[in-house]
Amino acid sequence: MAGAEGTAGHRPGAGPLLLGVRHHGPGSARAVRAALDAARPRVVLIEGPPEADALIPLAAEEGMRPPVALLAHAVDEPGRSAFWPLAGFSPEWVAIRWALRHDVPARFIDLPATHTLAWQREDTGTPEGKRAPQTDGAPDGEGAPGGDGAPSGEVRPGGDGAPGGDGAPGGEGAEDAPADAGVRVDPLAALAGAAGYDDPERWWEDVVEHRGVGEGDPYAPFLVLEEAMAALREVHGSGGHDRDLVREAYMRLQVRAATREFGEDVAVVCGAWHVPALRRKTAVGADRALLKGLPKVKTDMTWVPWTHRRLARAGGYGAGIDSPGWYAHLFAAPDRPVERWLTKVAGLLREEDRIVSSAHVIEAVRLAETLAAMRGRPLPGLSETTDAVRAVMCDGSDVPLALVRDRLVVGDVLGEVPESAPAVPLQRDLAGLQRRLRLRPEAAERELELDLRGGTDAGRSRLLHRLRLLGVGWGEPAASRGSTGTFRETWRLRWEPELSVRVAEAGVWGTTVLAAATAKAEADAVGAGALAEVTRLAEQCLLAGLADALPVVMRVLADRAALDADVGHLAQALPALVRSLRYGDVRGTDTAALAEVAAGLAERIFVALPPACAVLDADAAEEMRRHVNAVHTAVGLLGDTPMAGHGDLRARWHGVLGVLSGRDTIPGVVRGRAVRLLLDDGEVEQEKAARLMGLALSPGTAPADAAAWIEGFVGGGGGMLLVHDERLLALVDDWLTGVPAQAFTDVLPLLRRTFSAYEPGVRRSLGELVRRGPRPGGGPAGATAAGPPGFGADLDRERADAVLPVLRLLLGLGPDGAGAQDASGGELAGAAR
Amino acid sequence: MSVPVEPTPVEPSQHRSAPANTGAGEKGRAGAAQAGPEALRPHAEDAFAAELAALAAQDDRPRPARWKLSPWAVATYLLGGTLPDGTVITPKYVGPRRIVEVAVTTLATDRALLLLGVPGTAKTWVSEHLAAAVSGDSTLLVQGTAGTPEEAIRYGWNYAQLLAHGPSRDALVPSPVMRAMAEGMTARVEELTRIPADVQDTLITILSEKTLPIPELGAEVQAVRGFNLIATANDRDRGVNDLSSALRRRFNTVVLPLPESPEAEVDIVSRRVDQIGRSLDLPAVPDGVDEIRRVVTVFRELRDGVTTDRRTKLKSPSGTLSTAEAISVVTGGLALAAHFGDGVLRAGDVAAGILGAVVRDPAADRVVWQEYLETVVRERDGWKDFYRACREVSA
Repeated sequence: MAGAEGTAGHRPGAGPLLLGVRHHGPGSARAVRAALDAARPRVVLIEGPPEADALIPLAAEEGMRPPVALLAHAVDEPGRSAFWPLAGFSPEWVAIRWALRHDVPARFIDLPATHTLAWQREDTGTPEGKRAPQTDGAPDGEGAPGGDGAPSGEVRPGGDGAPGGDGAPGGEGAEDAPADAGVRVDPLAALAGAAGYDDPERWWEDVVEHRGVGEGDPYAPFLVLEEAMAALREVHGSGGHDRDLVREAYMRLQVRAATREFGEDVAVVCGAWHVPALRRKTAVGADRALLKGLPKVKTDMTWVPWTHRRLARAGGYGAGIDSPGWYAHLFAAPDRPVERWLTKVAGLLREEDRIVSSAHVIEAVRLAETLAAMRGRPLPGLSETTDAVRAVMCDGSDVPLALVRDRLVVGDVLGEVPESAPAVPLQRDLAGLQRRLRLRPEAAERELELDLRGGTDAGRSRLLHRLRLLGVGWGEPAASRGSTGTFRETWRLRWEPELSVRVAEAGVWGTTVLAAATAKAEADAVGAGALAEVTRLAEQCLLAGLADALPVVMRVLADRAALDADVGHLAQALPALVRSLRYGDVRGTDTAALAEVAAGLAERIFVALPPACAVLDADAAEEMRRHVNAVHTAVGLLGDTPMAGHGDLRARWHGVLGVLSGRDTIPGVVRGRAVRLLLDDGEVEQEKAARLMGLALSPGTAPADAAAWIEGFVGGGGGMLLVHDERLLALVDDWLTGVPAQAFTDVLPLLRRTFSAYEPGVRRSLGELVRRGPRPGGGPAGATAAGPPGFGADLDRERADAVLPVLRLLLGLGPDGAGAQDASGGELAGAAR
Repeated sequence: MSVPVEPTPVEPSQHRSAPANTGAGEKGRAGAAQAGPEALRPHAEDAFAAELAALAAQDDRPRPARWKLSPWAVATYLLGGTLPDGTVITPKYVGPRRIVEVAVTTLATDRALLLLGVPGTAKTWVSEHLAAAVSGDSTLLVQGTAGTPEEAIRYGWNYAQLLAHGPSRDALVPSPVMRAMAEGMTARVEELTRIPADVQDTLITILSEKTLPIPELGAEVQAVRGFNLIATANDRDRGVNDLSSALRRRFNTVVLPLPESPEAEVDIVSRRVDQIGRSLDLPAVPDGVDEIRRVVTVFRELRDGVTTDRRTKLKSPSGTLSTAEAISVVTGGLALAAHFGDGVLRAGDVAAGILGAVVRDPAADRVVWQEYLETVVRERDGWKDFYRACREVSA
């Protein structure tokens, strides 16, 4: 168009205007805007999946706010998907918006997602393949100048750099760094190395991003870059991405088609890496041949909201840029980016109550600029400003700096997508699951009993648990009626219309219910505040069958447990964990990791419990007793699981109880409880227990403490145990009768205090028992081998017989039972034991 | 990282009563040069004179006023490198490049530099070499103690002169800071946080107004371009005499980290232990490296709050657990092994020392230590002897 010549002198070369960019580079974005303004093309071609052409107008809608991502997924397999994230400062986004504003058509020209997703299928299993879709630059925001950031992408451990497709939450599972990581060429690194930089990203920033556009030729940066890339590609060819050749062939065909339609006024925005390939003249036939016979899969596209955190490398499946917040700032700041940035940092630090004055900002700016000069950079970059913030505003400490990084450098920006965007694949996946599990969404509330031993019911349970994790409260667990078995679950189901909205929101977590729930659980675990939250999450993961999320949750759990200094929290966490272990058993999940963590937790409790029990007031002591009880039960269950490296947990727990029982600074209720637990486990003999009781109740002890000891020893429970456990009663009885007459009046108030809390019926039974005296032959001494300690060794024949008529009735044996009577009586008696 | 040497600098020629503002550049050097080969430990600018001269000869970058080298060359002097003519500059500080760059840049922007770090992180070492490279003189030093008076930072009086001739410039005894101001040099203040708060405050005017009033004479000393100040402080001692925010604002702070890799730290510890052992005439003990590695591992893990394999988090005790402490634990262990043991450094010899270094707070630290023993040490392959020894001393 004539306008081009008018504004900027000359347009580079003939043919379409090729704008090579770095994905997610704010400098590139600004340069693209300037170049488009100067050239005023009649059509803008953008590297991206052409299926999304229909979605481009949505970008102009009110409700659309970047960062967003284009999501492509296979229709019949929502788990197979790829993302092309776009931030406000992405050149592609800028190009789209420019085209929409100037009423010029914009088109995506990359290889269609239908092929890239099919490639993904082909190489399922090999992580490398998954990378295919990313081919597009979008994903590779990584800095690679070329769309293919791939090179830099690969260096990173799987997950992150993964452009688009892969790391996407919905992607199938974690991928590992491709095996051939080292082989591929990183074009950027090669250029940076030639320029004497050790960090390619920094070189790119210095040379391209930080160069102000505006004055001078808007095309110049692109020309220079193209030359550099051409030189690189001469040496490195496709850089190891053979599929790039196919993509580039497709792009060439598209550009050619556009040129036929619109003449020379065509602008192409693509990764800088691709520019030389698009410039090259090739035979149409050759390009067509390359594209022949590509695999296909039916795909669907939509916009999904994205976040800065997810763009960042740290996010796990981001676009691989470290500092989206900084880039957004660079792109948005009209001038003096460093001053504005440091003012922003100062504002944040002030909000967090750090003293930061304007003088600090001035000094920080000076330091950043001098540092940049000393490092030979044209403008202070993120590293200079960060160094300056650390030295001037943070007293050299990295702690406030972490806050700056989290809030500003990465940032909390959340994108939005208009309601008219097509449905997310998660909804599709859920619908499929509902069909398969024959679980209709109904508005009416109903109860659902699940027997987890059956395949379908187990699947339903997992689905409901996963949805709960995702915040889709379709089912609420209800108390099971009748049965307390761990293989039974009761749910109350009700599908509210707004749940559909929830499902749509949950779409950011992944494309299938499983993947989304896994991602959500992991994120929740990392963000959880209290230890108990993480344990609960671990439990939920087991219930929901999220085996992939467990390692993360377990790691967080172990970390939290290690750092939590409050033994109460640890003690609360342990029972839930042990419970999870048992669920795991029922559902056949691998719980080795869980057992390991539980054992570690138990060990920490063992170490920390005795000091934590010292010097407590009555309420705290009561709480501590509950903890001791809970840990005792948990260790009992845990001790059954053999664990390498953790020795005999029970024996060590008994050691801890021994310490607790013998230390005077520990409140009576805990001491009494410890003695009792040891006695029950047969770790302490009667005589020793009696001696300890005498000690605790002797005149030297404060009355309240002595009463607490008794309370801890005989246990709450309203004294029923005392009625039934003769051994226990005998202990108290022996001690009481041994109290000298003159001391008795002192002890009396204590006993009254404990026993008056019992029910009248219990007190009467106790009185009767004491009056009757020790049972002949039964006695505490006899309670050794048979039966639980403290109970009679033998059956009370008379009372056992009384049960028989009812049993016969139940079993339908008839009242006269014939000759079998004796035998069955014996059996039943045996069973009753 | 370089071996952290905390020198107790001998200042041969500080107490002269020459007028501060007649700054003859070479006078400080004369005394040091005389000390020459006799000195137990030569100053940085003397020990590395050849390197400094080579750098100065080839340094064509712009130099701030009165700097002997350009900032870039100062950074090279500290971090090491090879000059175009092949001269090899030995690294003085082995650590993150960023830290040295920020430190040098700070001095170039005429802001004062505060080096923070736990004991044994080469703060003094870095400050000495910075001063030597920037000003060619590292001897303008104020040693901060709880008893440091204002005179040490401002000026004192020669009372004989004062009584005989009344107040005059001749009766004034300038402090190192005053001389640095007059001559445009780099002054150093060691252990800034140990100096009483009211004495610290004298620095505020010096650093912001760059002037030192002498009300007795109705005069002042104005800092000449090139003046700057490097202070070191121990960030574990923050509570001692914490800097007021007014003073703190005048400093750019650089925190010197502990050694990054275990190998570097093992290296530092064994080198220092060797030196100390020789000076204490301890009998040579063979093959202590494994035990040293173990001590360093324990210290690092507890300090960082995570095991070396990065898989288990730990609580950290209240003590510093610096490299310097690891050195003293090993030295103590060596003495035990040499005098009371079989001459080989064993787990039992270091166990008590480690316990003493870790358990500073009898209640909280003991739990931390026991947790560490039970959850980490007990399971580790080849650490059985160490576990047993620690159990013995902890019981």
